[in-house]
Amino acid sequence: MSGETLGTNPGFRLRANYHHINREDEVNFGFWVFLMSDAIIFGLVFATYETMTRATAGGPGPKQLYDIGSVAIETGALLMSSFTYGLASLALKYNSGRRAVIGWLVVTLLFGLLFLGFEVHDFLTMFAKGGGPDRSGFTSAFFSLVPLHGLHVTSGCIWMVVLIVQMLRRGIDEDVKLGVQRLALFWHFLDIVWIAIFSLVYLGGLA
Amino acid sequence: MNDAHHFGGQPHAGGGSSGGSYRKDLHTYVWGLALAVTLTVVPFVLVNWHVMTTASLWIAIGLFALIQAVVHFRCFLHVNPPHEHVDEMLLVLFTVIIVIMMSGGTVWILGNLHTRMY
Repeated sequence: MSGETLGTNPGFRLRANYHHINREDEVNFGFWVFLMSDAIIFGLVFATYETMTRATAGGPGPKQLYDIGSVAIETGALLMSSFTYGLASLALKYNSGRRAVIGWLVVTLLFGLLFLGFEVHDFLTMFAKGGGPDRSGFTSAFFSLVPLHGLHVTSGCIWMVVLIVQMLRRGIDEDVKLGVQRLALFWHFLDIVWIAIFSLVYLGGLA
Repeated sequence: MNDAHHFGGQPHAGGGSSGGSYRKDLHTYVWGLALAVTLTVVPFVLVNWHVMTTASLWIAIGLFALIQAVVHFRCFLHVNPPHEHVDEMLLVLFTVIIVIMMSGGTVWILGNLHTRMY
């Protein structure tokens, strides 16, 4: 990783400078391709949800089921976790040491778990109000969209734990570094998906 | 000529050897957080107090969400052409076109069907 390396990616331009591509750029760009394919999946589940918003079949609708306070806390937790992950990325980039990186990752993990806790609480409240996924087309579409994002956050948390364990055992080597960079992309991407969820699903439904 | 230099910019800001100082990078994240909090709080307040009609609320929510997504891409994912991640920006824009066509088309066609049925 000398200063020679330029940020070119094989995916877009196989040109004369192909030999400049380093592993870091290659691996991270491949992960971007995965993220964008994931974005298309989310886009289509969003479209399904939008077509189902009025299909409540006489059951409870958005205004009966959603709790704006809880969504505000979830949004804050995820946004803070994005920021603290950024601090972990900076600690890694500027070689602030293993303790700083692990420390910020643990803080991020706690915000992620706070988010998941409130989300599970939301889902249980919806079940209690008779708005489970089997109630109507609307609730089915809701429970295919929002928990899909929740599952992504859960897998991000598991990945974070794995990286922390790897760092404790092996220190910060090249693989761990690439892992932290890719999880950063994943985590910030999930925050962007959450913007769409709180805007389209929750705020749109309560407006 | 050296067009890789022209297009490529710096390596990934997430790590490694790229330039820039710690303060400058921290500045980007702090600005990102401040803007994101503002762009989140405003639509929540608008909806909670219901200060407008539903239709204008939807437009406001959509606008704030779009701007916030751009802020996140710029400050957290460092998609910041022409300095960083130009390839990634092309990939993101291509994905946006695909999503607009597929999701927008779905909502359009099914919405049309819905109005014809009632």
